[in-house]
Amino acid sequence: MLQGGVSMEGQLEGLDDILAKYYQSEGSIVSILQDMEVRYGYIPEEAVAWVSERTGLSASRFYGVATFYGQFHLVKPGKNIVKICRGTACHVKGSEKISDDIRTMLHCGVGETTPDGNFTVEHVACVGACARAPIFIVGKDVYGKMTPQKAKKTLEKYMGGEGNGKG
Amino acid sequence: MEKAKTEIIVGMGTCGITAGASEIYAHAADYARAKGLDVKLSSTSCIGMCHSEVLVDVVVDGFARVTYGNVTIAAIEEIIDSHAAINVPVIKYTIAQMPSYGKVYDDIPVFEQLPYMNKQERVVLSNCGFIDPLSIDDYISHGGYEAVKKVIGAGDPKAAIEIIKASGLRGRGGAGFPTGLKWEFCNKAQSDIKYIICNADEGDPGAFMDRSVLEGDPHAIIEGMLIAGFSIGASYGYVYCRAEYPLAISNLKVAIAAAHERGFLGDSVLNSGFKFNIKIKEGAGAFVCGEETALIASIEGLRGMPRAKPPFPANKGLWGKPTVINNVETLANVPRIIVRGADWFSSFGTEKSKGTKVFALAGKINRGGLIEIPMGITLREIIYDIGGGIPNGKAFKAVQTGGPSGGCLTTAMLDTPVDYESIAKAGSIVGSGGMIVLDEDNCMVNIAKFFLEFTQSESCGKCTPCRIGTKRLYEILDRITNGKGRKGDLELLEELSEDIRAASLCGLGQTAPNPVLSTLRNFREEYAAHIDEKRCPAAVCKPLITFTIIEKTCTGCMACARSCPVNAITGEKKKPHFITPELCIKCGSCFDACKFKSVLKK
Repeated sequence: MLQGGVSMEGQLEGLDDILAKYYQSEGSIVSILQDMEVRYGYIPEEAVAWVSERTGLSASRFYGVATFYGQFHLVKPGKNIVKICRGTACHVKGSEKISDDIRTMLHCGVGETTPDGNFTVEHVACVGACARAPIFIVGKDVYGKMTPQKAKKTLEKYMGGEGNGKG
Repeated sequence: MEKAKTEIIVGMGTCGITAGASEIYAHAADYARAKGLDVKLSSTSCIGMCHSEVLVDVVVDGFARVTYGNVTIAAIEEIIDSHAAINVPVIKYTIAQMPSYGKVYDDIPVFEQLPYMNKQERVVLSNCGFIDPLSIDDYISHGGYEAVKKVIGAGDPKAAIEIIKASGLRGRGGAGFPTGLKWEFCNKAQSDIKYIICNADEGDPGAFMDRSVLEGDPHAIIEGMLIAGFSIGASYGYVYCRAEYPLAISNLKVAIAAAHERGFLGDSVLNSGFKFNIKIKEGAGAFVCGEETALIASIEGLRGMPRAKPPFPANKGLWGKPTVINNVETLANVPRIIVRGADWFSSFGTEKSKGTKVFALAGKINRGGLIEIPMGITLREIIYDIGGGIPNGKAFKAVQTGGPSGGCLTTAMLDTPVDYESIAKAGSIVGSGGMIVLDEDNCMVNIAKFFLEFTQSESCGKCTPCRIGTKRLYEILDRITNGKGRKGDLELLEELSEDIRAASLCGLGQTAPNPVLSTLRNFREEYAAHIDEKRCPAAVCKPLITFTIIEKTCTGCMACARSCPVNAITGEKKKPHFITPELCIKCGSCFDACKFKSVLKK
């Protein structure tokens, strides 16, 4: 079983507890996927197949939900997820240029991962820290009142393999 | 526990943490310990003054509570050395003091009299930034859970509904439907099981009212849900909260556990026989889930797609059972209304819009943050008196209210009272409470495009007018901002907008054209400049602007050349530089780098 070149062997056993937690309750598809996302950082095809077999729900039911919501990754993201907030307050204070500059710096589009696997660049609709706009997030670290210059400098701290705690 | 003589309270809401509150908290603890001081360190949530984060309060027993702003590591050391150690406040960092705590100090303004505060009326936010959100005792000592005792003690669900109806409270999520009426419908519905859902899927980009209330006063939401549940006959409550708000979710979890322990939640609330439990459902990132029926589908574990109404959720909602869905701010109002009475609540506001409204003030504004105002004060009072006007001497251009469903209001509309009816008459909506201020540097076509980019990507795709219509609207706007606007585009935008509005299934589609229509109405000449003259008056739309260096004032410092990512700037040291237009990618780096205002953007 290969997913993006990575073997999932020996990683599916833990899914039993996720399933046990939600099997009896209704409306569990979103919750199962959310726990999967937390565990693997994305939704591995093998994990969906495994859960689908156990529950008797078709894999397409899971994928229908997984592709609907913005929270789920279908491919394994990089070590550090870089989120540029594109909420209204951030937009009027220049987050578009931050996004442009970061993408130029990393040679990487929105939703893409750098070839070294260190960064995945994402846009986020709003994190609700609007009075500190523009907001820039690396992993779990949130930075406010950013400029393109400051954002680029901030990102340099995460280069050179010293990946900070990924979200 | 005996109260420590001196307490240091760090504002640890999301805004505070963004500004570095965690580091300040940790450092304050270490520093005070190293100095051997008897100081109690605690945290609170957002008091609303996000512009001055990190905020730190110091309370010396028997003296006024003093708020410090923009606190750095160096500042906190000074504050501890002076205020905490020898009770001498460090005036240069102070923002205000609260005399209700004790003896006042000289030369520090009173909190309630600050320009930012004196037009506000704090009902929903009364606890935010004051209590420790993780302490149920703190909530109780501020009058918490009195309302639920009163309602359950009286034993009549209809009595609470009557109070809420009489208060005139309307849904704060955006639609403004009378809350008491909604409860009454659901109360009358016959069913063995009913549900109350708290809608905390605050999806409007640029809004953070619900986040702050959940982070800062989670027990108020639990209490509001308890009262709603008792009134409609529901034993189950759900809080549907955005996963983007991790702090709100974790504070709420702590609060729910504490409420269970004290008997406010469980199989017999306060031993009354009334059963009530609350579950948290994390949203998975879909704007449309703010719509009632889509939210219900999402809790049921499905794709969050809306359905046609009727039947309304009050009759047929979650799992087909009668359901009331109330917004966070609406529910936070409920316990206060029960305790202080309908008349007290309706004494605030206008004839048809009662009470207060929380707004998230952001964008081009000096004092951005979370504010709560009595309905009916004007936009001008909010932007200039509370918000302190526009930074850097720039001119006010518009204020955007209601997020992607709302519109832009202009200088001519600044004296509009802020209530549901007046804002609608002016061409926008109060919405959930996002308020983004725009200045002369913002292009209105770009703003309209920004919102349509958002709505078209968030459209769930169920109905054609919204799915395809918003996409086409976005494409036309994109074309105009790229200098490829055509004659007749504005009429096309208007026609398409009307169709989408009329034919879409849910609120998302029905309101998605509003940002286009309101900017077209108020800034038509700006659209025309883009199309007819291929010019962006605010100098935002890249394909329509050029950068040149003013030879006369250029000092040849080379800062621009060094900042240019494509080496489009040439020139010798100490001699005027030159931008090669063919190479320039219009990124604006040179404009930002020049200290002599010698780069011209137009």
